[in-house]
Amino acid sequence: MSDEILSFEEAMEKYDPVLGFEVHVELNTATKMFDAAPNGFGNTPNTNITPVSLGLPGVLPVVNGKAVESSIKLGLALGCEIAPVSHFARKNYFYPDTPKNFQTSQFDEPIAANGSIDIELEDGTVFTIDIERAHMEEDAGKLTHMGGSSGRIQGAEFSLVDYNRAGVPLVEIVTRPIVGAGERAPELARAYVAAIREIVKNLGISDARMERGNVRCDANVSLMPKGTTEFGTRTETKNVNSLRSVERAVRYEIQRHAAVLESGQKIVQETRMWHEDTRETTAGRPKSDADDYRYFPEPDLVPVVTDEAWIERLRSELPEPPSERRKRLKTDWGFSDEEFRDVVNAGAMDAIEETVAAGAPASVARKWWMGEIARIAKDREVELTETGATPQTVVELNKLIEAKKINDKIARQVLGFVVEGEGEPAEIVEKRNLAVVSDDGALNTAIDEALAAMPDVADKIRAGKVQAAGAIVGQVMKATRGQADAARVRELILEKLGIEN
Amino acid sequence: MSAITRETVAHLAELARIEMKDDELTALASELEIIVESVKSVSDAVSDDIPATSHPLPLQNVFREDVVGNTLTAEEALDGAPDAEDGKFKVPAILDEG
Repeated sequence: MSDEILSFEEAMEKYDPVLGFEVHVELNTATKMFDAAPNGFGNTPNTNITPVSLGLPGVLPVVNGKAVESSIKLGLALGCEIAPVSHFARKNYFYPDTPKNFQTSQFDEPIAANGSIDIELEDGTVFTIDIERAHMEEDAGKLTHMGGSSGRIQGAEFSLVDYNRAGVPLVEIVTRPIVGAGERAPELARAYVAAIREIVKNLGISDARMERGNVRCDANVSLMPKGTTEFGTRTETKNVNSLRSVERAVRYEIQRHAAVLESGQKIVQETRMWHEDTRETTAGRPKSDADDYRYFPEPDLVPVVTDEAWIERLRSELPEPPSERRKRLKTDWGFSDEEFRDVVNAGAMDAIEETVAAGAPASVARKWWMGEIARIAKDREVELTETGATPQTVVELNKLIEAKKINDKIARQVLGFVVEGEGEPAEIVEKRNLAVVSDDGALNTAIDEALAAMPDVADKIRAGKVQAAGAIVGQVMKATRGQADAARVRELILEKLGIEN
Repeated sequence: MSAITRETVAHLAELARIEMKDDELTALASELEIIVESVKSVSDAVSDDIPATSHPLPLQNVFREDVVGNTLTAEEALDGAPDAEDGKFKVPAILDEG
């Protein structure tokens, strides 16, 4: 049964939303956090396993040094302080995806804390989100619920467990409460998760594929009546596994909370599950003493101690932050705000950067990637980079145009043949005999024929109506199958009829 | 006043999934109380300049190279499992929906 919801507009008239996010990032190390089992996706179930992954009696974990360095880099990229001393702790709970009956995590001494990042929305509005902490931990195994409907846990008769993912390194990034987003809250939620995904991808520490669960978001939402400052009771929505779902889930929870509060009832502090199919949340586990995790220091792992030299070395390895890179490219390319935003939203920034690096002017690169290549990508429902067109294709097409070997129209045809896999542009022009007819003799013949076929037009031009030449140009282009340089044809026509242009 | 009540022990037993009888809960409450009081005496010996210690050895930064090592086969992994199906561990229904 669906919950009552209020319209988003009405909810926004009466309440201010407060958000908070816990984003889990799976690191792309070769091995797990505490043992040498491979960190892989899509492998045969229960083969990326060592006795440590299974928590068998007597095993001892050892920390993956690379995972620690990745975590420190992420902390630095989020503007956090890196802890001089940081400990692992056991978070105790019973659930079949956790073979040890505890998750090795960090509690009161996380590796990174007190950061902030600026999030830019599509229209350029910037929100600063404060990061409370980023801590290291391990992922759990994967459960498949059997015997119920649609794989849900409700009604399942039993569950099957694959521990390949158990022990995969995670960093959990926790924000401080985000106040003041108002009606932009759903949009901000999406932009925040997108920014985290972009940062970890840019750092090269995660594959950052949300559809594989590399980046997962738990979204906390509460409402407070407009004009008040005391936070309401929050819910935590899980299973939000795409950027679109993040936006929708936050919006939905705001509407649902508003309806509950308007009816005079109280929000139950609980976990909600997001269902992308119905675009609703349903009640999960209420928060209760089951959340008494009895954290205590992990006796089998020693402290992680950082020093200035180590941190500065890692800082020096950080790539340019995505937001700074965008500012630099926009200036270098001389695009307007709107042009640049369109490029970013179309996912064409990398392609244009590579195209410019390969030797084409930025305006030309933009024209191709945002124009013809974007059209092909849309037709085929693929990403720009999956069309078969490459930065080199654009550079070559542009060279052929600049050398007046082909015109724009032919160039678009050539691109069509490139994406069909016929080869490189120059090859195709050669093979298909698409080069512009630059031989004046051949053009003059075609012009004479056109003038003879349209004597009235010829007379008009002679009489000074120069714009009438367009009809003759059109005829010549047709006769040469579009392979003539239209400007040159026009020149020749006017010359022939003795008109000074 | 006792800090460890019978209810505290029952709660801990529940969290740790240990089944305990009524008389065991009562007995353990008073025993745990003595243990907690004894351990408390450690606090009296500690001044503010002594950091909390969770390891007896002065070790830090013990790291492993990120290199794949030996793994178990699925058969080996499932060998000790009470139940398995389809190469996976089989567990009873998770939600108690009675």
